[in-house]
Amino acid sequence: MQEIAICGLFDIRASSLQPSSRRLPMLHHYTLWHALVGGILIGLASLLATALSGKIPGISGVFGRLLVPATPDKAWRSVFLFGLIGGAALSFALWQSAALFRPMRPLLVMAIAGLLVGFGTRLGGGCTSGHGVCGVGMGAKDSIAATLIFMATAMLTVFIYNRVVL
Amino acid sequence: MRAGKLVLLFLAGGLFGMGLTVSGMTDPARVIGFLDIFGAWDPALLFVMAGAVGIYGMGMLILRRFAGVKLSSAAASPIDRQLVIGATIFGVGWGLGGFCPGPALANLGALQIEALLFVPTMAIGMLLAQRFFGADRE
Repeated sequence: MQEIAICGLFDIRASSLQPSSRRLPMLHHYTLWHALVGGILIGLASLLATALSGKIPGISGVFGRLLVPATPDKAWRSVFLFGLIGGAALSFALWQSAALFRPMRPLLVMAIAGLLVGFGTRLGGGCTSGHGVCGVGMGAKDSIAATLIFMATAMLTVFIYNRVVL
Repeated sequence: MRAGKLVLLFLAGGLFGMGLTVSGMTDPARVIGFLDIFGAWDPALLFVMAGAVGIYGMGMLILRRFAGVKLSSAAASPIDRQLVIGATIFGVGWGLGGFCPGPALANLGALQIEALLFVPTMAIGMLLAQRFFGADRE
């Protein structure tokens, strides 16, 4: 098991071509259980980060404030985000179903999307984690409103994109 | 902040990243599949949200009641024009790319070209909002 983990860590692309018998058996095929368990992990991680930092650990807020020179508490923010990237890299290497990535949009669209996501999350005070998970979890009215709005406009955008562009 | 706390926050970040990947949310096709309610709808994101919201909500109830955890920004902000416009713009970007900030950062861990492009433009968008609209609610 350790050998698999190590070779997977250093060669993500190549290892995904290996026969699946070389990998951890449980997580090959995606089911809705993966969604639920992954969600529980996200909830636990957010809870832990809230207890330790005393802040609501929404990813857009944690990241956005790192970009402001005057932010006093940069240490935990950067450590948390490096952990996020590291944890993701680890599971990409370990589990085939986690490493699945199906590109959907041209790169130009991705660049524009990034601009809108960055601007909108900071203007609206949160993203899927800060508003969607933490805010909704605490029953905050502004977060519930924000979540309903961004879900609705995202669905509308996909609807229009699929019919106009594709 | 003490070193021990920072180590735990690193682990919390790691747990978050694993949750995102295990739940399939780092795959834009899965996210767009959820948003495509008039197409071949994929309910996975709903299960992710249910798990995360349920655990966080219950956990915060316990932390606040029994551990006396207080948040510096616990009071809900008003539902004002800034929130409505911001959430609207975020939704358009999310639907366009299939990335929200967490999965975009997580995909840096696989050096996906989409993430390597998306994260810098996201940072520019954040800087613009913070610079010109003083956007700093949490």
